[in-house]
Amino acid sequence: MRKHMLMAALLVTVLSGAAYADARTDAKEQVEFGIAVAQRGLWKEAIYRWERATQIDPNYAAAFNNLAVAYEHEGLLEKAGEAYERALKLEPNNAMVRQNFELFKEIHDRTTNQNQSQTP
Amino acid sequence: MTGPRIRISLKLLSLVFVAGAAGCASFYEIPIETPIAAKLDVSAFQRVFIAGFLAGGTDDVDGNVETVRLLRSQLRMKSNLRVVDADVLPLMDVAVNGGAQGQAAGPAADPREEPKPSSFKSEKDLEPYEHIFADADYWKKIGEEYQNPLIVTGWVLFTPHSQSGMVQREQEVIDPLGRRRVEPVREYMERKGFILQEKFVFIDGRSGAQMHSETLREERLYNQNDNTPALSSYFELMDEIIPRFLSTLSTQRVRGSRVLIK
Repeated sequence: MRKHMLMAALLVTVLSGAAYADARTDAKEQVEFGIAVAQRGLWKEAIYRWERATQIDPNYAAAFNNLAVAYEHEGLLEKAGEAYERALKLEPNNAMVRQNFELFKEIHDRTTNQNQSQTP
Repeated sequence: MTGPRIRISLKLLSLVFVAGAAGCASFYEIPIETPIAAKLDVSAFQRVFIAGFLAGGTDDVDGNVETVRLLRSQLRMKSNLRVVDADVLPLMDVAVNGGAQGQAAGPAADPREEPKPSSFKSEKDLEPYEHIFADADYWKKIGEEYQNPLIVTGWVLFTPHSQSGMVQREQEVIDPLGRRRVEPVREYMERKGFILQEKFVFIDGRSGAQMHSETLREERLYNQNDNTPALSSYFELMDEIIPRFLSTLSTQRVRGSRVLIK
């Protein structure tokens, strides 16, 4: 009985590991396709691919980083900020994500805090 | 025999390594253009009228006329709105003599004289005249006259400014061997220049109501010995302010690059 339980636990661990690896492989395919289309200027398609990647593997920092870049290019600054923050939460020491985020913040701050302006 | 063979295999190995590294690049730099949406929706307007400004600070530059002229020419080049070409409003005179109410009463027997720009040293000094921007009847009348445009008005404060203190500058030195080098040098300097502050008020010409306002500020200091004319400094400062003014009316694109990661 004990032997069976041990076997079952081992099987669950192996299967979940395999599922995780599968998810990462699938997400990576989407990310790579997204990069290829973004390099050709097809940013909407890239967004679709990277959104898919983040759904398949919600722990994939690169997918969130790329999605943030694409949102930025499309002028969706709030969404870009959220995606960068998610990427940094997953990989706080990733220098490339951090650099992208710093550059993004420069633009974002300029649009939000630019001088004193008011609309009645 | 073994020597050259080892060299060839090392070369091959490094080539394979380089090719492998290139094929497996895990990040890509990509240029992007971030659109920054205009702060104001001006789709309801076909025309824009840069009406005039309350001007203060110095008598050397006519802040009202120069600002109107410069903004009109920039909008002609960089906006889809048609720019109304009309006389510049003497806004200070209008504000002093009561705006729409003053005009309705007809020409006063003893009109109040408008103060000189140099009598306004700060924003506070202009405050008593700012009521003109809220005079919806006056602006509505102006709007009717020019086919209901978007009206731009506000105030311009162009004030002389001086500052003294330690300044770092780069100095070229030649060492004993005759080589040129640039070294940072800190020195006490008295500098003078100008501060340009502008408040832009955007008014709906159909109703005379204020839609939006923003205040921008730039300053520039020059060496005491540089005799930079006030007008030239004014244009330098306006170069900095104009892109921010334009971003209120039209979408701007900011170019940059980001890194995509595999």
